[in-house]
Amino acid sequence: MAPPPAAAVVAQSVTSSFPGRGPSAGGLKLSLRDVGVAFRARGGREIVAIERLSFDVADREIVSIVGPSGCGKSTLLRLVAGLVRPTTGEIRLDGREVTVPGADRGMVFQSYTLFPWLTVRGNVEFGPRLRGLDPAYCREVAGRFIQTVGLVGFEHAYPKELSGGMMQRVAIARALANDPEVLLMDEPFGALDAQTRVFMQELLLDIWQKTPKTILFVTHDIDEALFLGDRVFVMTARPGRFREEVRLELPRPRTLEVTMSPAFVDAKRRVLGIIREEAGRTMGLDGTHPDAAASA
Amino acid sequence: MGPAQSAGLAAASDVTIAQSVPARSVRGGWLRGVGEYLRPQEPIPRQTYLAILIASAGGLIALWCVVTYAGLVEPLFLPSPTAIFRSGAEMTADGSLLQNAGASLYVIVTGWSLAVVAGVPVGILMGSFKAVEALIEPMIDFVRYLPVSALIPLLILYIGIGTSEKIAVIFIGTFFQLVLLVADVAAHVPREQIDVSYTLGASRAQVIRRVLLPATLPGVMDTLRITMGWAWTYLVVAELVSADRGLGYLILNSMRGLFTDRIFVGLLVIGGLGLGFDLLFKWLHRRLLPWSPKA
Repeated sequence: MAPPPAAAVVAQSVTSSFPGRGPSAGGLKLSLRDVGVAFRARGGREIVAIERLSFDVADREIVSIVGPSGCGKSTLLRLVAGLVRPTTGEIRLDGREVTVPGADRGMVFQSYTLFPWLTVRGNVEFGPRLRGLDPAYCREVAGRFIQTVGLVGFEHAYPKELSGGMMQRVAIARALANDPEVLLMDEPFGALDAQTRVFMQELLLDIWQKTPKTILFVTHDIDEALFLGDRVFVMTARPGRFREEVRLELPRPRTLEVTMSPAFVDAKRRVLGIIREEAGRTMGLDGTHPDAAASA
Repeated sequence: MGPAQSAGLAAASDVTIAQSVPARSVRGGWLRGVGEYLRPQEPIPRQTYLAILIASAGGLIALWCVVTYAGLVEPLFLPSPTAIFRSGAEMTADGSLLQNAGASLYVIVTGWSLAVVAGVPVGILMGSFKAVEALIEPMIDFVRYLPVSALIPLLILYIGIGTSEKIAVIFIGTFFQLVLLVADVAAHVPREQIDVSYTLGASRAQVIRRVLLPATLPGVMDTLRITMGWAWTYLVVAELVSADRGLGYLILNSMRGLFTDRIFVGLLVIGGLGLGFDLLFKWLHRRLLPWSPKA
């Protein structure tokens, strides 16, 4: 049996006791229409990484994307970043079609992508400096975002002198210093230990509360996805597509308390259920997956 | 397994531990001490490390002194430290040592510098652009397996036996290796570092100048150090084949007169200069690239 087509995405309202998506969720920011990506593997076999994906993201909304590894969630971010061209469909940001990477879509990767030859300040002001802005102004912008991520006093430190969490804070500051329209985060806290990770999640929400941005957040940590997102998309692998959308109407500003609320626990149960079902399917436990024989 | 059973097991293992401790100490102190230092990859105290290091170097020198001063080996094969020191002083006084060392240094620095100036850009292009890789890889892969010593006759035919030929040997010996090493460095610049630069608004030219080039610096610096070491080998080979000056020539010429002590002076100077360059590059690395993880 083939899995249900992507169009059959079920929008599920987990709870409706809290209205709104955030303090200032706005109009349409980002839209993907029938976006697909196919690679040609060695030997000529075509691999569909993403199949006919369509969704909209509102201005200042946080959308989390979870799914098994290899489901194409990173490819999805790279599509929006303009680092990968879609084979089919189109991506629009503020109505303009996305074709190449640009400073309006900042990205934070899981791996440490700071430039080791630049200090913390040099890294944060990298984007503004590229645009040839006045150095004094760039410095001021960098200083502001270094303060935002709580790294005052580390302006002159090199990345090798920082911990993993600090490096990711610099990476976030670096992306924000460009004042992007959309922040694309590809498992940015995936390499951090549990305590640092929770701290970073709260920091990110705190930053968002002060300067709301549209955020696409890819993770495989369900708690993280639910804690941060207004909506959580659950993806399936091979080919990557949306299986389900879970809307979280939890109040903002959110604190860790929210993770104990019945609405959160409900949503978590739902997402876990879907992921478990999917895992079973992709591992061929129910024998329905077309790749079951090939991947075994 | 029930709790009682596991408790019994724990007790049993306690007993074995208790028994094994005295058993081992009976086997004796120092042997066990040595065993402590022979755990794979286990760090040892710095003092112990230094002690072993000094003992090793000192032991070697002591052995050398004993066999030479006691006359256990012919001075023709292994001269004594004083003999070597004496001829070293003589060769310094008559200026021959300095002249030969200078000639070698000139050749090695010139040939190596030319190879660096030409090879580093080619290597970076080759590692960064697949098209350039496809263009030059076949040639380089072929030439680099040709030992440069095999090319010396050809070079003598083309260029003659003068200094230019030696420089050409160094150049050919280092250039191709350098290109491949630098290409490897450039190819290993993390892809995400390049991707993130695009998302920060960098143009292609900006990515190359502001990200790719600085990212290769530590690796290139290491490559310079390594190839300089190899250049010494090529130099001596070139000078052994045909030369009228240089440290290789000095060694060969001393061998003809059976001046073993002079051969050793030549070897010591080559070793010392090689070590000196190595330390210089390490110092430059720390000095110029303080941000490098290797600095």
